[in-house]
Order: sequence, then C-alpha cells, then structure tokens
Amino acid sequence: MSHGTEQASLGHIEARDVGIRFQTRTSSMEAVQSVSLHVDPGEFVSLIGPSGCGKSTLLNAVAGFIEPSAGFLTVDGKSVHGPGPDRGVVFQQYSLFPWMTVRKNVEFGLKMHGMARTERECQARTLLGLAGLLSFENHYPDQLSGGMKQRVGIVRALATSPQVLLMDEPFGALDAQTRVVMQEILTNMWQRLRISVLFITHDIDEAIFLSDRIYVMTARPGRIKAELRVNLPRPRTPAMMASPEFIALVQTVRALIREESLASMKGELKEGGLAGLSTEVGPQGAAHVM
Amino acid sequence: MRVSNWAQAAIPRRDPQPATALALTQVDGPAVILHETPHPTPQTTPPDASSWQGMLRAWLTQQWLPMLLGAASIGAVLLTWDLATRYKLDLYIRFANIPTPAAVFEKLLEVNQSPQFMTNIGISVRRILLGFFVATGLGVSLGLLIGRYRGFRMLSLPALEVFRPIPAIAWVPMSIMLWPDNEVSIVFITFIGAFFPILLNTIHGVEAIDPVLLRAARCLGCPERHMLWQIMLPAALPHIFTGLAVGMGVAWVSLIAAEMISGQFGIGYFTWEAYSLISYAEIALGMITIGVLGLLCSGAIRLAARMVMPWQAGSSKGGA
Repeated sequence: MSHGTEQASLGHIEARDVGIRFQTRTSSMEAVQSVSLHVDPGEFVSLIGPSGCGKSTLLNAVAGFIEPSAGFLTVDGKSVHGPGPDRGVVFQQYSLFPWMTVRKNVEFGLKMHGMARTERECQARTLLGLAGLLSFENHYPDQLSGGMKQRVGIVRALATSPQVLLMDEPFGALDAQTRVVMQEILTNMWQRLRISVLFITHDIDEAIFLSDRIYVMTARPGRIKAELRVNLPRPRTPAMMASPEFIALVQTVRALIREESLASMKGELKEGGLAGLSTEVGPQGAAHVM
Repeated sequence: MRVSNWAQAAIPRRDPQPATALALTQVDGPAVILHETPHPTPQTTPPDASSWQGMLRAWLTQQWLPMLLGAASIGAVLLTWDLATRYKLDLYIRFANIPTPAAVFEKLLEVNQSPQFMTNIGISVRRILLGFFVATGLGVSLGLLIGRYRGFRMLSLPALEVFRPIPAIAWVPMSIMLWPDNEVSIVFITFIGAFFPILLNTIHGVEAIDPVLLRAARCLGCPERHMLWQIMLPAALPHIFTGLAVGMGVAWVSLIAAEMISGQFGIGYFTWEAYSLISYAEIALGMITIGVLGLLCSGAIRLAARMVMPWQAGSSKGGA
C-alpha cells in the first residue's frame, strides 16, 4: 500500500475568503460568505452547522464540483479546478455503482488511473480486508446493509491514495447504533492512514469524537462562527463520550449551533414564535474556543 | 441516580418478580441491564440441494403450483375454443367458420411436410432481428447522447419528434418507394417500430441517473469519454431494457402489418394468404405462430436482461 509517511506532508487544504453564490434566473443567493479555513496535513477537521448553512456547498467547492465566486481555494498549494485524484470524496447517499460488485467499485478509480487488472484486484482485496469486507467482495451494493455500503464508499475513495478525504455527512443515513460503530472504524482507519480529512456533519458528538479541530458555521449565508480544538487523547474510544471534557465540549458546540439555528428560524417563525424558547447560551469557559 | 418513572413503566409485565422492579430504583447508574442474551454463534445451514435430484425436487416443489395454474389457464382456453367450434356456437360472435383446435393441429403437421412454413418463420425472425438490432444500436446510442449532451438534444430531438407520431405502418408505401428492394423496406418498417420506444426509454434512463453517481465517477478520475459507456450506459440499463421489451412488441406489430400489406414470405404474409385462399385452419395457425414467436422474443429479452444485469436479481448471487 502506498499510504506511507511521505504523504504526511501532503494534504493541506486552504480556503481564504471563499464566497459561493448561486445564480437563479430571478435572483442570486449567497450560500457561503468569506470563509477562511485550513486543514493541515494528516489532520481531521469537522465542519458543523445548522442545516442549510452551506457546509456541504463548501465541501463541494473543495471537491471541485462547484467554483467559488470569491476568494481562493487551494489543495497543497494548487488552486482547485474540477475534481481530482488528490481528493477522495465520500457521499452521504453511498453513491456506489449498483452494477458493479463491491470489489469492482473499489477497483474503479484504480482502473481509471490505468492500473493493470491483477494489480488493482490485489490492491482492492487488501483494502477490503482492512475494512472487514473481503468476504463480500463479490456482492452487489444492494445486497449490503447501509453501514457496509458506506464502508465500501470509504474504501473506494481511499483506493486511489488521495491526499485528502472529503466526507459529506457520510453517516447521516445510518441508524444511531451503526453510526457509532462506523465512527470507531473511521477513526481507526484514519489513525492508520494519517490522511487529511474534511468532515461535514450536523451531529455534535460525531464531530467531537472524530476531530482534531471543529469549525462551527453560522446560518446562511455560511460563515465561520467559531473554531474549536478538541484536545481529547487518541486513540479515542466510545467510553470517552462520557468524560466531563467531552460533555463540556458538546455543550459549548451545542450552544453555538443553537444560536444559529434560532437565527435561521427567526425568518420562518412568526413574530413572538420564539418567545418561549430559551436563547440563553451555555457556559463557554469549559472548552477552548479559538 | 434514580431510575425515573417512565423507566419503571418500561419494565416488561411478565417479569416473574414484580419486587425487582422496585428494587431497581435503588440501583446507581442511568440504566440497568435486566437480561442479556449471549451473542449467538452463527449457524451454518446445511446445503439443501447437494445433488441434481435434490435441486430438481426443490424446483418442482417450488414451481408445481404456478405450473399447474399455467396449464389450467391454457387448458381452459383450448377447451372453450374446442367446445365453441365443435358446437358451432352462434352468439353474436359466430364460431361457424372457425376451425377446431384439432383441425389446426392437423394443419400444423401438414404444413411441416414442406419446408415452406419453416422458411416463412425463418424470414420473419430474420426481419425482426435485423430491424430490432439496428433499432437497439441506434436508439441506445442516440438516447445516451441526447440524454447526456444538451446541445445534441436540442439539435436532434425536434427532428425525431416530428417522426415519432407516425405509426410504422404508415411508413409502408413510403418505405417501398424509398428502399431498393422489398426485403429492406420491411426490415426498415420493423426498425421504425422498435426504434422510438428504445430511444425514448434510453433518454429517460439517462435523465433518471442519480447525479451523485456521476460526481463519484468524476472524482474517481473517470474522463468524459469513458462516462458514456462506463457509467451512463450501465446506469440506464434497467430503463433501456424496458424500452427493448416495448420495442420488441411494436416491432412485431409493424412486421406483421408490413408483411400483410407488401410482403412475399413471412408469417404475416402466410396468415394473409390463408385468408385470401379461404384456408381457415391456416389463419389460426398463423396467428398462433405469431403469438408463440412474440412470446419467445420477449422471453429472450427478459433472459438477456437477467444476464446483463445480475445486480437486479433480488436473490443473493455471487456468494462469499
């Protein structure tokens, strides 16, 4: 496998004053406004925010599916134009090719890069083995559970040895129990591969459990509201989720997001609709907000 | 920490000792495991069908009811036909001149004494296959391009839409003038019949592709020139096969009509000629032959669909 230490220096994402505007026929909508963020090589960074805040839009821009209308977006110093093999993407809806077996799905990227058949079969088997999916290599995606599908999705994105992995709410469609197991699997795989990850989620526990750093985004138009460092030791275990440090972090993030959710709903609810809701923000001293 | 009231209520009633429910409230911690089943060891089910006899027996026990009902359904048709013609029923629809099943069967044996009948079948099948395969090749290719490229769509679809409402049979006179010989013109009419259902279903299939699949392919390094055949075609296959099934049906309708109007040879020509010669048994024989051929063709398409799209089979194919 080519995931080695030489990659630890690669995989640097840098966004500076990025703005993304969607043009419709009658108006234009600002989805993301002057966002600056960075992911260091080998770092796990989450982007969290209320729904519709533009966090997926931002990830799509890093993936190269959409062009930012303002600012600079670079991966390892190169400006992003279109999708590229340096960035693996894991989608929420699995996006496996239903007509290919599990192994053929994993092989697809390697095939597109011109790797010989036997070689790519071998590499796909190795990766599937790491994810505990080797015995399902000849199954079709529709024969797998949601958790297994998404493991295949992650393995497929990793197969071409990208420098960064972009994950767009990858566990959003899974049930709570499967989610927790998948988070553990991901954190284990990440620890082994030391690849940079930009992870989109709206699940606070998930963001804290997985990340080195968390960016909290505001309601639309999405801006960076806060940046938090998660100082929990690694390797992380589900037991840590009960620790006081973890709970303090959860409360901090929840308070930050709640403000934004209320802000974004203000337009939707009638005057006084928020009267009964507490807008009090919890203690922020408990965690280190940067 | 005390277990709250709703947790007490959630304790199953069939608990043999209600006292434990009360005792639980004394226990520290947010939850108490009342009962835990040890993790079951996976059991391997013995392979049921090890020999071919076993497989046959399993298949028969699974299939006997559908087969029985199928036989009953066809038997009922034959019986009704036989009774109606034997007693020359005359209830607004008249069975007086309709041949009996036995007469048709005799005719089948009679026509098979000369190779003419089989030649007619062979010629019809050849026309169908030629027209249908050209329609498949052209319909699927154009459909993929129209579905993928807006420019190509805007350029070609209006012209195709003009021709679409014209039934294949309406092409018969034009086709005879257009093509140098009669055989090609019949194949052309068959082609026209099959082409539009295949084209439209392919376009629809491409439009129905989940865009996230295309994104996934692009970021895995799939270049545009591979996109059409590696991603769009397999992703659209279920719709394409719907188009093929419909197209095959329309191809037969068009072929028989064309053969009846302008043909020499062919099963449609055979049926029409029988009418001209007042050979009633041959009319029925021709009709039944057309029915059987149509059935075989749609069966072949279903079989091809299952072979080309193994992932569509609900059963678990490809094991560990």
